[in-house]
Amino acid sequence: MRRGPDYLAHAVLTLGGAIFVLPIWIAFAAATQQAGAINRGDVSLLPRLSGLRTFVDVLGFGPAASGGTPIGHMLLVSFAMATAIALGKIAISALSAFAIVFFRFPGRKIAFWMILITLMLPVEVRIIPTYAVMSDFHLINSFTGLTMPLIASATATLLFRQVFLAIPDEMVEAAKLDGAGPMRFFIDMVLPVSAANLAALFVILFVYGWNQYLWPLLAVTNGHLVPIVLGIARMITTDQLTAWNLVMAATIWAILPPVAVVLLMQRWFVRGLTEADK
Amino acid sequence: MARLELQGLSKSFGATPVLHGIDLVLADGEMVVIVGASGCGKSTLLRLVAGLEVPSTGRVLLDGADITHADPSRRDIAMVFQNYALYPHMSVFGNMAYGLKLRGLPKAEIARRVDEAAATLGLGALLGRKPRQLSGGQRQRVAMGRAIVREPKLFLFDEPLSNLDAKLRVQVRADIRKLQRRLGVTSLYVTHDQIEAMTLADRLVVMHQGRAAQIAAPVEVFERPVNTYVASFIGDPAMNFCPARLTSGGMAAALDAGGRVDFTDGRRDAPDGARLLIGIRPQHAVLAGEGIDLVVDLIEPLGSETLIHGHLTDGTAFAVRVAGSPGAVPDGAHLRVALPGEQVHVFDAASGDRLDPVG
Amino acid sequence: MERRTLFPGWVLPAFLVAPQLAITILFFLFPAYKAFSESVRAANAFGLNTSFVGLENFAALLGSGSYRATVGRTLFYSAAVAALAMAGGLVLAVFSDREIRGRGFYRALLILPYAIAPAIASVIFAFLLQPEIGLLTHPLKLLGIDWNYALNGGQAFALVILIGAWKQVAYNFIFYLAGLQSIPRALIEAAALDGARGFYRFRTIVWPLLMPTTFFLIVVNVVYAAFDTFALIFALTGGGPGTATETLVVKVYRDGVINLDLGGSAAQSVILMALIVALTAIQFRYVGRRVST
Repeated sequence: MRRGPDYLAHAVLTLGGAIFVLPIWIAFAAATQQAGAINRGDVSLLPRLSGLRTFVDVLGFGPAASGGTPIGHMLLVSFAMATAIALGKIAISALSAFAIVFFRFPGRKIAFWMILITLMLPVEVRIIPTYAVMSDFHLINSFTGLTMPLIASATATLLFRQVFLAIPDEMVEAAKLDGAGPMRFFIDMVLPVSAANLAALFVILFVYGWNQYLWPLLAVTNGHLVPIVLGIARMITTDQLTAWNLVMAATIWAILPPVAVVLLMQRWFVRGLTEADK
Repeated sequence: MARLELQGLSKSFGATPVLHGIDLVLADGEMVVIVGASGCGKSTLLRLVAGLEVPSTGRVLLDGADITHADPSRRDIAMVFQNYALYPHMSVFGNMAYGLKLRGLPKAEIARRVDEAAATLGLGALLGRKPRQLSGGQRQRVAMGRAIVREPKLFLFDEPLSNLDAKLRVQVRADIRKLQRRLGVTSLYVTHDQIEAMTLADRLVVMHQGRAAQIAAPVEVFERPVNTYVASFIGDPAMNFCPARLTSGGMAAALDAGGRVDFTDGRRDAPDGARLLIGIRPQHAVLAGEGIDLVVDLIEPLGSETLIHGHLTDGTAFAVRVAGSPGAVPDGAHLRVALPGEQVHVFDAASGDRLDPVG
Repeated sequence: MERRTLFPGWVLPAFLVAPQLAITILFFLFPAYKAFSESVRAANAFGLNTSFVGLENFAALLGSGSYRATVGRTLFYSAAVAALAMAGGLVLAVFSDREIRGRGFYRALLILPYAIAPAIASVIFAFLLQPEIGLLTHPLKLLGIDWNYALNGGQAFALVILIGAWKQVAYNFIFYLAGLQSIPRALIEAAALDGARGFYRFRTIVWPLLMPTTFFLIVVNVVYAAFDTFALIFALTGGGPGTATETLVVKVYRDGVINLDLGGSAAQSVILMALIVALTAIQFRYVGRRVST
């Protein structure tokens, strides 16, 4: 319906794209410059190639606000945390959804509603009591304490439930006739058929786990288990002496994995979002 | 090779009864087709035999062993589903091998059986493909291959041709028949299509509202239908039914539309005046100089024959099938139709049951 | 919705559902219960015991000017973030839906912020808007604005609104784009043939068809702005200066963890729970199932 390039669209989208990319670009550029120069207000939009070393150096840097734990270590903690949360949520939710969809057992409906209720109980509304429970179990400052309370997921369960309900009856019957028991069926049929959803979910949950702030804030008081997002957030001050180039370098590291995961698995991820929220 | 016995099988879903005491015996190697309209219970019956449902009462015996409550996978039965039910994420080979793998057969044996079945069905070149890359007919064959490799005692077919287009259906129908004969496996086949039923069956089970109306060879069901339902279901175009009264001491029928039909096979044991339905197939009615009056409503020329639709003086719908083309017959024309005594079927009007001669 | 084909037995499913139930009970339901029970208690004078005080904590909160101010602040914040983020998302989706080259590239760029942690977004913006040396502070100074969000409450509030919207545009973009793509091409073409072009066509044809998506996004955005923005706000300002950026979730944290007012914080938690229940109920009842792509 149009002839010639759509200048308006290009303009709007470039402006939009710029608004979202520029801050990241500037962070990247700033990371390569000298701290002293930055603190004098001398920030250039262009990265200095000689400053690329900062990205390596920062991995060993341990900000005082987090007890001196190096950035590199914090990145590893985040990786472990995000992966554990994503895989944990997927595993638990898939199994629960499978049980709820493919079986009739007493208390099934109650179990389902209990899981649903968690949709209305985000961390923010149960901060103190959840902390108290963790503390009673001596889970503060432990990897379990960091990840477990985040592993129950109503959204994932709902998504899996929808997918499992759509599996054709005849496929189940054919598998039964072939001799497949419930767990065999789950592994040989349900999982492969849900593969696309699993991938999408993994992206969303990995990003969710990686970006956690409030829960680690409560659950971790020593330096060992500080995830990168929390560690960097603690580096914000309006103090003139902040080594902003290091902060920005660390920031770039911190956003790299989730951005990479989202970009690489874009198609699945978008599908996962639009399907999950039904 | 196996003998299947169904004894008094009934099934109710909650308060709704679907099957009422079905008794049936399949001899070794026999192909029995269960035919009926939708909702008559035929699929339910098949699923009871497969073990996908449990009967409310009754027993299923395979080679003498009671499998009524046995797990579906332990019945030594294979099933071909209406929608093929292929595993979408596995290759053709994988689909056929899955059941065997779960049974712990050695890889070499699995490969042998799959290759053999693939050769029989012409699937050799497709073994590596996934179901979504196959046509409807090919998927159908994979579904059959999956059943064949199991080398079971019994084949179950659940309307396997209904998703194929008409031409393909005829082709595959013949293939199934030849295959079954060759393998000699006892088979139970469910369909709503009476042509499929007639061509495939060694014996037919015509089901109506959860009961087996008639169990007999196709020819028998065609020539001696046991009630008006079976008579109208089997045979295309459908049989005509003319309301009538018994007369002449049970030796003839007086049609409401006028005219009289003398029975050639004996006396009916019922009082004169008893209400009857006289059945005659369109191809057996004769356009003659004398007979009952037929008003033409519609002519359907089919090339090699012509179907004339009309109605009798009492309003009864009536169709006649004649060979070739009878020339121009205008709507509303009056024709004379004769009902030869040796071709009529006599049914009791109230019960619909066939009224046979006594003695 | 139920399945027709099932597996028998109840032992196996009980085992399968147990882990999620255990975590749900331990970390969700039990703490929620505790919040309820704490909310009707208060510490006595020496802070050693708590005793039942009925709805006193609630009354105190609702009567407190500071709490009411926080509520108002949160409402305003939610509305502002939702409006900005949805408008931005919609505009970008509309232009991204056109047949232009490089569509995929633009879309990838626009999805980026979703992947960035809210706290990190705050870090980057903190850097960009440092009172003395921030890159974006210069133009503001040129406009005559004395920029220091650490001292100026209004500026801090404006900043967290901006960051909140910045983060959320991507989400709205994705859903609006999906919504636009689910409008049958034939409808647009019919409208074009009828003579409707540009903004008029958008206003009379496209916008009404996007209503389900819009309703859905309103609820989601409000929930996001009210609840998911803790990290963003707290990392940047800690709720300050003073209470300038203290929304309801920030206040729960401050009162509970920093000020150790357990009863009051619990009561706030309960109120927040009620709020979420109400919003979720609205979502399920009035928005219902989304129009699918």
